[in-house]
Amino acid sequence: MSELRQIAFYGKGGIGKSTTSQNTLAAMAHYFGKKILIVGCDPKADSTRLILHEKAQCTIMQLASEVGTVEDLELEDVCKPGAAEFHPDDTTITEGYIMCTESGGPEPGVGCAGRGVITAINFLEEEGAYDEELDFVSYDVLGDVVCGGFAMPIREGKAQEIYIVMSGEMMAMYAANNISKGILKYANTGGVRLAGLICNARMTDREYDLAKHLAEQIGTQMIHFVPRSNHVQRAELRRMTVVEFADKSDQAFEYRELARKIIANDLKVIPKPLEMDDLEALLMEFGLEEEVEADAIGKKATA
Amino acid sequence: MTTETLLSQQQAVIAEVLEAYPDKAKKSRAKHLGVDAPDGVKGACDSTKSNKQTIPGVMSQRGCAYAGSKGVVWGPIKDMVHISHGPIGCGQYSRAGRRNYYIGTTGVDTYVTMNFSTDYQEKDIVFGGDKKLKAALAEIDELFPLNNGISIQSECPIGLIGDDIQAVAKAYKKETGKPTVAVSCEGFRGVSQSLGHHIANDMIRDEVLPDGSYRKDFESTPYDVAIVGDYNIGGDAWSSRILLEEIGLRVIAQWSGDATYKEMTTAPKAKINLLHCYRSMNYVVRHMEQEFGVPWMEYNFFGPSKTTESLRKIAAFFDETIQAKTEAVIAKYTAMTDAVIAKYRPKLEGKKVMLYVGGLRPRHVIGAYEDLGMQVIGTGYEFAHGDDYKRTKDELAGSTLIYDDVNEYELEAFVKKLKPDLVASGVKEKYVFQKMGLPFRQMHSWDYSGPYHGYDAFAIFAKDMDLAMNSPVWGYTKAPWESK
Repeated sequence: MSELRQIAFYGKGGIGKSTTSQNTLAAMAHYFGKKILIVGCDPKADSTRLILHEKAQCTIMQLASEVGTVEDLELEDVCKPGAAEFHPDDTTITEGYIMCTESGGPEPGVGCAGRGVITAINFLEEEGAYDEELDFVSYDVLGDVVCGGFAMPIREGKAQEIYIVMSGEMMAMYAANNISKGILKYANTGGVRLAGLICNARMTDREYDLAKHLAEQIGTQMIHFVPRSNHVQRAELRRMTVVEFADKSDQAFEYRELARKIIANDLKVIPKPLEMDDLEALLMEFGLEEEVEADAIGKKATA
Repeated sequence: MTTETLLSQQQAVIAEVLEAYPDKAKKSRAKHLGVDAPDGVKGACDSTKSNKQTIPGVMSQRGCAYAGSKGVVWGPIKDMVHISHGPIGCGQYSRAGRRNYYIGTTGVDTYVTMNFSTDYQEKDIVFGGDKKLKAALAEIDELFPLNNGISIQSECPIGLIGDDIQAVAKAYKKETGKPTVAVSCEGFRGVSQSLGHHIANDMIRDEVLPDGSYRKDFESTPYDVAIVGDYNIGGDAWSSRILLEEIGLRVIAQWSGDATYKEMTTAPKAKINLLHCYRSMNYVVRHMEQEFGVPWMEYNFFGPSKTTESLRKIAAFFDETIQAKTEAVIAKYTAMTDAVIAKYRPKLEGKKVMLYVGGLRPRHVIGAYEDLGMQVIGTGYEFAHGDDYKRTKDELAGSTLIYDDVNEYELEAFVKKLKPDLVASGVKEKYVFQKMGLPFRQMHSWDYSGPYHGYDAFAIFAKDMDLAMNSPVWGYTKAPWESK
């Protein structure tokens, strides 16, 4: 087998990270026979539900809190095999499989979710969850890199390649740029690299060009432009990935293509994040926003 | 040693010490070190920088805000339970270390030497610990029903994860009707324990003093005073209190050594607040002056000279009856302290001391050493502010090295150069100097001795200093291979 690759999906909240990552990873297992471990790093714990066909998996921190400490947990308690074709024992469709684990964390507004991520990842490493059979470990991380805990997957010895899920909207691009700053911070000490932007299309104006241009500015590639499709939602309501729900559909083939590109990807760079002014200039250049004169800043729209 | 040579030695050693630093650190540390003398020139006491952040990389002897609040101000209040909120270490390592004496049955009606902690685990950090805190409060009341209130002393992680302890305390107070005070004294706040004192004072101001229930039926006398800023270390407040009582005053509250919640709330009934440790409690006496019109006065009960001076100053605030009694008391005790001086002064005369302590001691104990014929050649504070150094000037007798937030390296260098006969500092410094073969007294909690406040205590102080310096043990410190 090949060497274990550790990848991570980052991106602004609500951008479709969990959906995109699960569909892509499902495609990697389904079409290419890859063996994968998903580490969900989001207190919402929704990074594995499409693979497990479950509402939400029991999380490491939740279980640790029930038994007392994380040291009292066993790997089997927190690491679940995927459902149906993603189960290691089910080889009818593919030799590939997906193991699922979620770090979990507190309700919104209390405690420290970042510490939960750190604790969970340390536990998985110490317990040997990253076994030799695996081809990929994939981290699915919430929103922005708000504190040290959410940077855990990109610190030394963890994820080596980062995929940022974004769209052509200003805030998504702003978040993508911010995450690049986080990667830059750890790039020299930990060896983490930016491996590409995944544009999860919102069908805004000139989205393809804009995303491609932003990727180039940061020094990376837009690895794939995933078009919008109702299939995604239809599958999601069944708690399934598109790949499993309709593996001959156009949308499944989009994910297959993205999966192929990730497996073959060798463009891994230290990002060059943009300054806020440059980012705004980019949006203006692509006509998303009209140029604003200096004297118009802070003025209300005229009726 | 003449003053001339002492001054030049002191100046030389500062220059020598600073030489070892890189430029930036040198520039910063230079502002914290200096020499001063009593003769009116603008010296280090006027210009020394203080209450600034410690330079990273040096061994500071400072504490943290939690130490200032839990360890100093709140901890000694005996009938309240003080729960350390966070992981277990802060509570356990600060347990009973300050020797705040008190009367009561520990675990029944008083709790000072016990350790209460919410014992935070990783899961509490991740999920937040407000529920755990609430459960702990209920458990305290179930196990110790005679407690008269609870203070919650916040450790670092509480501030980091943003637990809303104020809301928990407020809800619990409403539910039970008992004083429940949340103190946000996270250790990372401020540059030393000093901010912890301030935060603790502010919480007493906001949560204790507004409770007027015990003041309603309080029967005042014209001679009511409160002792503020005495933590009864080794019984200090008791040996102070008896003197005040002997001169005819009534001590209605001791803050906060051997204190109860009730007497804390009655302090505004005092005719005057007598303030011993200015640094840790000046905030709340200033508040009582503004809010309740209670004047305040600083005093010093270390050594007979200062005690006599202070008693006269206190008596001057009251009538002639008190003043007459005061003179009688002074005369009575002076006979005793003269005997102490007669016994020890010949053995201690001319000995040199270097001090490095906190709070009020770097200036307040100078007089006691002088009563024994000793000379303080260097002094400094861990966490003083400018007003402490200004007050220090009045206490100096000769050329004195002044060092603010002195670190291990500097203090060691100063001591090696100036060769004092005694170093009086904290437990972290104790073994450094004793291993150098130097007599040492731990002046934070009196080296398991005390009390040191008042006339009676002076006999103990004198005996302790004599023991430290004149013990025959120092005759055995030469290694066999050293020439005779």
